[in-house]
Amino acid sequence: MKLLYTVVPFAPLVGAIVAGLWGNRLGRTATHRITILGVLIAFLASVAIFFDVHNGNTFNGPLYTWGTSDGLTFEVGFLIDSLTVTMMLVVTFVSLMVHIYTIGYMADDPGYCRFFSYISLFTFSMLMLVMSNNFLQLFFGWEAVGLVSYLLIGFWYTRPTAIYANLKAFLVNRVGDFGFLLGIGLIAAYAGTLDYAETFAQAEKLATMNEAVTGWPLITAICIALFIGAMGKSAQVPLHVWLPDSMEGPTPISALIHAATMVTAGIFMVARMSPLFELSDTALSFVLVIGATTAFFMGILGIVQSDIKRVVAYSTLSQLGYMTVALGASAYSVAIFHLMTHAFFKALLFLSAGSVIIAMHHDQDMRNMGGLWKYLPVTWLTALIGALALIGTPFTSGFYSKDSILIAVAHAQIPGATYAYFCVMAGVFVTAFYTFRMIFLVFHGKERFGQAHAHHDHAAHGSDDHHHGLAPGEKPHESPKVVTVPLVLLAIPSLLIGAFTIDAMLFGGWFANVIFVDEARHGSIAALREEFHGALAMGLHGLTSLPFFIALAGVALAAFFYLVRPDLPDRIAARVRWLYTILVNHYYFDRFNEIVFAGGARRLGRWLWQIGDRTVIDGAMVNGSAQIVGEVAEAGAALQSGRLYHYAFSMILGIAVLLLFLYLV
Amino acid sequence: MALELPNFALLAPQIVIALAALVLMTAGAFARERWRQWNYVVAQLAVIVATLLTVFTSGDPRVQTTFGGIFLVDWITLVVQLFIYLSVFAALIYGRFYLIERGLERAEYYALVLLSLLGMQILTVANHLLLFYLGLELMSLALYALVAFDRNHALRAEAGMKYFVLGALASGLILYGLSLIYGATATLSLPEISSVAALRPGDERVFGFGLAFLVAGIAFKFGAVPFHMWVADVYHGAPTPVTLLLASAPKLAAFALAFRLLVFGFFEYAHYWQPMLMVVAVASIVLGNLAAIAQKNLKRMLAYSGISHVGFILLGLAVGVVEGNHQLALNAYSATLFYAIVYAVMSLASFGLILLMARSGFEAEWLDDVKGLNQKSPWFAAMLLITMFSLAGVPFFVGFFAKLAVLQAVVAAGYLWVAVLAVVMSLIGAFYYLRVVKLAYFDEPTERQPLIASSETRVLLSGNALALALFGLMPQGLMSLAAYAMIASL
Amino acid sequence: MESYFPVLVFLVVALAIGVLPMVFGWILGSRRPDPEKYSPYECGFEPFEDARIKFDVRYYLIAILFILFDLEIALLFPWGVTFNEMIAAGANAWYAFTTVLIFLAVLVLGYAVEWKNGALDWE
Repeated sequence: MKLLYTVVPFAPLVGAIVAGLWGNRLGRTATHRITILGVLIAFLASVAIFFDVHNGNTFNGPLYTWGTSDGLTFEVGFLIDSLTVTMMLVVTFVSLMVHIYTIGYMADDPGYCRFFSYISLFTFSMLMLVMSNNFLQLFFGWEAVGLVSYLLIGFWYTRPTAIYANLKAFLVNRVGDFGFLLGIGLIAAYAGTLDYAETFAQAEKLATMNEAVTGWPLITAICIALFIGAMGKSAQVPLHVWLPDSMEGPTPISALIHAATMVTAGIFMVARMSPLFELSDTALSFVLVIGATTAFFMGILGIVQSDIKRVVAYSTLSQLGYMTVALGASAYSVAIFHLMTHAFFKALLFLSAGSVIIAMHHDQDMRNMGGLWKYLPVTWLTALIGALALIGTPFTSGFYSKDSILIAVAHAQIPGATYAYFCVMAGVFVTAFYTFRMIFLVFHGKERFGQAHAHHDHAAHGSDDHHHGLAPGEKPHESPKVVTVPLVLLAIPSLLIGAFTIDAMLFGGWFANVIFVDEARHGSIAALREEFHGALAMGLHGLTSLPFFIALAGVALAAFFYLVRPDLPDRIAARVRWLYTILVNHYYFDRFNEIVFAGGARRLGRWLWQIGDRTVIDGAMVNGSAQIVGEVAEAGAALQSGRLYHYAFSMILGIAVLLLFLYLV
Repeated sequence: MALELPNFALLAPQIVIALAALVLMTAGAFARERWRQWNYVVAQLAVIVATLLTVFTSGDPRVQTTFGGIFLVDWITLVVQLFIYLSVFAALIYGRFYLIERGLERAEYYALVLLSLLGMQILTVANHLLLFYLGLELMSLALYALVAFDRNHALRAEAGMKYFVLGALASGLILYGLSLIYGATATLSLPEISSVAALRPGDERVFGFGLAFLVAGIAFKFGAVPFHMWVADVYHGAPTPVTLLLASAPKLAAFALAFRLLVFGFFEYAHYWQPMLMVVAVASIVLGNLAAIAQKNLKRMLAYSGISHVGFILLGLAVGVVEGNHQLALNAYSATLFYAIVYAVMSLASFGLILLMARSGFEAEWLDDVKGLNQKSPWFAAMLLITMFSLAGVPFFVGFFAKLAVLQAVVAAGYLWVAVLAVVMSLIGAFYYLRVVKLAYFDEPTERQPLIASSETRVLLSGNALALALFGLMPQGLMSLAAYAMIASL
Repeated sequence: MESYFPVLVFLVVALAIGVLPMVFGWILGSRRPDPEKYSPYECGFEPFEDARIKFDVRYYLIAILFILFDLEIALLFPWGVTFNEMIAAGANAWYAFTTVLIFLAVLVLGYAVEWKNGALDWE
């Protein structure tokens, strides 16, 4: 079995190495065959492991010990249980779909082989992250996915906007990683181990301790530090700013990394750490409030976007907020459940957005679309399925997970729960509104493509050769099979997987012994269990419940604004100019960061450079010591006269020195 | 005492090498010209057969003796010999092309290499002071001759002469030390010396005198400060294949010599030799690293770098003496053995790279000759990078773990300031290694001849450098081997 | 003291062998002295002149080879002295004999190589 576990991450790695080193020599077809084969093997192995875990065979052990230092063991190891295997299935399946889809999407890109190498490398990193049994490997995977994300956001490295975006993603993630590393450091310092199981075994002991320097409760400090890492990776306010910009990357990446898998690493990590988080109500409250804020306020931003990918990106932020809220409400399994359903329908939405973009010849502005449903029937249908799942229409997978979150938050007791409940409820409306705004703008209404659109706001997403748009009079075409087949394959789980798995995942003990909930204090999941009477009943009840009506209202409003009276939105925007300005500027987060952090850092940097670096370090230490070393070296070399009797004399002197020791001891 | 036939099987590796050396020597005089290509094959075969015999004859039982106890075969013998064979094997492959191009590939060359190998083998199995001396002389004499092998070349002849004269002086010192020790203890057998309960006060002074001379001689063979003066001139002057041999296998043999004499034989008198070794080690680390910076010749630079590495080996030997703490001593000695092995392998790679770049009429021994290697061959530039990083002790190359292990032992023994000094010196030393990498990657080549090394050199060199990276990722295996050798032998 | 008597005999005989030929030579030989004959014999070199002259490296070669073989032959003495003791201590006589044969064989081999390489040719 251990071999099979090893195959899962390393098959994609082999593919990545082959594609990266020899891709251009092997040719495009061979490259994508090899990488897809690698991911396919990983997927099939994951399925096999899934059934094995289903039969109760879990695994926790080292694969290879790298080193031991001072009692800390650094090793590569796997922890295979229900949580891991769920993530493995999601990651490998979505990755497989994206690999196939890429064949069509990147068909005429010069970086074809490089792209396949990167996404396979990403799959490897993500699998190492989720399969880890210790913090070191978790951190390795964490950084590796960040690295690949950086490389892929800047995939079209000739575009200045892409370089700006990947740098931003990298820097913002460093902030999160700082917290994450701090958390790991605290665990290593106080628990004396990096292994999950050993840490959890000491959780109770850690809960009674205080951090030595600050005096803060240790467990809260650890959890909040770890969660700051999750905030960076899972794009929670205020570390969310990189995610919308990451849309500069090719669309398959937006689907794979920035919607379905990497950004959920934070959610996964918190769920994995549930035995720690359960011990700190403060940390949970923090998680809850951050998540709720993200869920609602980021959703609102989706309303004012005109770039189709950015709408989906803000929707991702908002959905990640939902997952975080579930974590904060101690409903970890619900968060993972939503993570899974979201992975499918969000990947679906991204890929169908990509399909639209292909049809529009890389024009991403929704104001130039409209009425596309006739031309792209498969894309339209699958996007519609995705949208329905996203807004939580009863019986779709999104409904089961989202409704569970709403109920869980309603029953949460910790501080901030009321605020969170308001946010997620209002979020339902916002979600429905922006989702269907997008559907209506893109697929319905008047056909606005093929016009000379000189005046559109291209500055927002850069104008260069990748934003062609259709020529006047040209009609869009449905995308090729390699694009539509993954859409259909993703549409199926988007519709169905929620109904089939909710029972097992939330209530059936699938996560028993893996996710730990202190039900006496945090009763959300227990309450949820009480209200649950089967998937069908839940769906039927959903048709009469409040969230459904809220969502319906959102859809109706979107229909009114964008189908019936398309002139209204602009007039409203003109009326409340100030609000619109705030939204269009993303609440000024970017400007704030730009001025305070970036500007401040630059000023601090300049000061340190002038005073610290140039004067003290360069002047006194580096050049000074280099000069001294150089002079000593010359002197040492001068000793080497080349004369034999000098050499012999030095040996005699040496003997004399050694003999001196006889009198010293 | 009934004399029994000695167990010749135990000495089979040595016998094979000796016979092969005789065969090659005879062949050099009598064989026809067209058989010349077989010299290389015979030499390599002998090394391979000796390796196999070593593996099969030693290790079980853990400690075996023969010839009335003057030969001793244990796990240290096994491990050190295996890496000596590996070094010689690699040295023969790396050097062959160079020698052929310069018309030096003669049977006598191989005979001398095998004779020096025989000397090293004897150093690893000796358990008697006379035998040590015999092995040392056999190794050294063959090496003197090898250094001057290209005798029409002034630089080579000068280097050979210097090496010989200073080596003779060092041999004299060792012999003098041994005779004083014999005078004090009335025996030449190591086990008997170590079991001499207590010396009379006068004898003890004599013994200490002898030890000082012995340590000086050992330090000379290692090339440690202040007995290092020959190193730079000889490394520079010798033909590069000989330098390569000189920098790898004899260091392992010298480790075996020092370890057997000082730790096996004279452990009770550690209070004499420990401070001596310490001074020599620290001086080597300091001077080696500093003087290397000023070098413009790659071989000289590596010579000084070798001096600093030898300092680490001696440091490890010195700090093993911890009052009554068996575990710490074991750690220190196994770290030292690990370091010696790693250093030998790193030396092979670094001089192998010089040989790779060299060709007829071009020695590639100046720093400027490395310039722009990346443009000529990105692959071997990467190998150079790995080797230099490993020598510098950059983390996650094996050189780092070697340094780390020794420094841990130093700290554990309570010599914190020594460890700090060693680290500072290593940092300074990193400069000249990284300079080589910088030249290879960022400078324009001075000439644009392509590399013309043989394919076996290319393959072996790649494997050699990659091994440095691989063992950096998984140092545990080699470390455990070193540790086991110590546990099984002590 | 009695046991030292053979030593005394040995010394007397050695002295006699050393002195008698000189005495007979002095008594029986004809004497026609010239300066060359009074100079000390020194391997064909001019005595009492500048020591820093070039002279043939072959002298050294022969001398070194002589010393090597001389020293190695000297190793036969301890073997010869202890041979009987070895037998008495229970060693196999053939073994004791073969060891020295191997030693001599190596020596002969070295001699052959040396000869073949022309180290013994003066011209």
